[in-house]
Amino acid sequence: MKPVTTISGRAYPFGRKNVDTDVIIPARWLKTISRAGLGRGAFETVRREAGNVFDDPTYAGAPILIAGDNFGCGSSREHAAWALGDLGIGAVIAPSYSDIFSGNAFKNGILTVVLPQPVIDRLMEVARTHPIEIDLERQMVTTPFQDRFAFEIDPFRKHCLLNGLDEVGMTMAMDASISAFEAQRAASQPWL
Amino acid sequence: MTSKARTLYEKIWNAHVVDRRDDGTCLIYIDRHLVHEVTSPQAFEGLRVAGRPVRRPDLTLAVPDHNLPTTARLDAAGKRIPIADPESAAQLAALEANAPAFGIRYIDASAPEQGIVHVVGPEQGFTLPGCTLVCGDSHTAAHGALGALAFGIGTSEVEHVLATQTLLLKQAKTMEIRVDGTLGFGVGPKDMILAVIGRIGAAGGNGHVIEYTGSTIRSMSIEGRLTVSNMSIEAGARAGLIAPDDATFAYLKGRPMAPRGADWDAAVAYWRTLPTDAGAVYDRTEIFDAAAISPSVTWGTSPEDVVGIAGVVPDPESFADPSKQEAARKSLDYMGLQAGQRMQDVAVEHIFIGSCTNSRIEDLRAAAAVVNGRRIAGGIKQALVVPGSGLVKRQAEQEGIDRIFKEAGFEWREPGCSACLGMNPDKVPAGERCASTSNRNFVGRQGPGARTHLVSPAMAAAAAVTGRLTDVRDLMGGRTA
Ligand code: SF4
Repeated sequence: MKPVTTISGRAYPFGRKNVDTDVIIPARWLKTISRAGLGRGAFETVRREAGNVFDDPTYAGAPILIAGDNFGCGSSREHAAWALGDLGIGAVIAPSYSDIFSGNAFKNGILTVVLPQPVIDRLMEVARTHPIEIDLERQMVTTPFQDRFAFEIDPFRKHCLLNGLDEVGMTMAMDASISAFEAQRAASQPWL
Repeated sequence: MTSKARTLYEKIWNAHVVDRRDDGTCLIYIDRHLVHEVTSPQAFEGLRVAGRPVRRPDLTLAVPDHNLPTTARLDAAGKRIPIADPESAAQLAALEANAPAFGIRYIDASAPEQGIVHVVGPEQGFTLPGCTLVCGDSHTAAHGALGALAFGIGTSEVEHVLATQTLLLKQAKTMEIRVDGTLGFGVGPKDMILAVIGRIGAAGGNGHVIEYTGSTIRSMSIEGRLTVSNMSIEAGARAGLIAPDDATFAYLKGRPMAPRGADWDAAVAYWRTLPTDAGAVYDRTEIFDAAAISPSVTWGTSPEDVVGIAGVVPDPESFADPSKQEAARKSLDYMGLQAGQRMQDVAVEHIFIGSCTNSRIEDLRAAAAVVNGRRIAGGIKQALVVPGSGLVKRQAEQEGIDRIFKEAGFEWREPGCSACLGMNPDKVPAGERCASTSNRNFVGRQGPGARTHLVSPAMAAAAAVTGRLTDVRDLMGGRTA
């Protein structure tokens, strides 16, 4: 995975609460064989609304999404994270997330920043006219207006994201332990 | 005594820890991995993008099941009949290409061994006691019936297992479900597990691995145990387990992928050490009396919405929890049922006998015994029997079971998940009602707007011949216990 250090640029001022994974990517997109291309289905129902942020050229290609409470609730589909990634989103900023979604986002190299609602309100306002920057190393969200909002992140996740380590790669680095286990298993349970 | 008494779960867990992190997360070795067409394409894509091989293709078995149509697979000339739905066809083609590309054993859609992953694993002897087994499907819990620690995983985890043969997991709590006594006439394993879920609730097992114990389980066939363990996930549990015993060994002996010769003897000796030690403590225990269980049927859209067939649709107001009241009102609205209505007055238009819960030979025999010499009722629009695998199908045909069904007006299909979920052409139309031997009665599970009543194979057969939900005990001679 690509290391995540800073993410800066325009942000979709989406702001909605309780956005479930069916809104992020409707069920009809589940019968795919690739992670790529799911961006086309991202927020499909929202995009039918006139004036939605996803079709507004101001935000085209924005790497950040700002949302309300409980982002990514509902079905555990990993397609939600893939769809956001395919849309070009590298970070979401919201007051809270469903656990499964933030886990899936992390596994796919997407940063989920948690900040309280008043900060979200301020960022929504800035995002309409200006870019935003997220500095993962310093755990800080900044705006061109000298706003500085510190955020917390699990140290393990931070380490993985900063170094572009995906879980599979991390575990593969433990090859010696796995091989030792396999050798012992082959001796004690040769039928497996 | 050197170590403290341990449960079956703890023994299997401890035997598979490769590494333990400070926060309690463990790297767990996975002995067996079943792969199907729906949850694997993106996992293989991930490997390909990163240039990674499958670590142990020899421990991996791929078989298509979820969106394979259950109509004939080959034409008269023996040529493959193409799949009409382009997305299903693409998923199948992806698995067919990925399996050989990564060196994985693949059971082809038209092979005699093809079937639902959870039927094929035990049947081939791929599933073994004491092993860890995963699959990108939540009903992987079924394999726990043989004493394997088996659970469903997501696509990222499928990729993780393919690449590393391990998973990062936290140890679960243990829950004992003890059932003692004899199930009454006309009451089977499906009725039992529905009654269990009805009492402990769809979230009752959250955070736990269930071990089923007691005399009812001990005297139950392996097929019956598979039905029970299969539905552990519907009680919210991560997995279900049943201690391996002589019945387990007799079931596995001689299966194509089971150990042989000296390996077999060594394996059985090890498997005999697995059952929970006397004095081991479970985090929670629930006790059931088999004799008190009657044929079960669901009325709502959660597998916990269970009543005995002699019962009535409950009044939503009768639930203590306001959120359950609200859920029940919504369920009744979706299901088109009234509070107080007798379950036996509910007419059905569809019958589905199949799914990884109830598509093995004993299930088909139980249903055929009810259907034998009878015909499906006039109001039934479609009655499907979908054997769980090609081997089940062939055995049923040798026993003449297929004829019993066909003469009664059932359709006799090719193996697959079929109407268990609306991913292939077998669907229940919106607003229509199905007596189904599958495991989920969720909104839209059998197709958008479909109304599902979960029942046992014998009860599905009884509904087929009367055209309404029916107490199979009355139909079969009025015996009630
Ligand atoms: S039969 Fe149903 S529950 Fe079983 S594997 Fe297939 S879709 Fe899943």
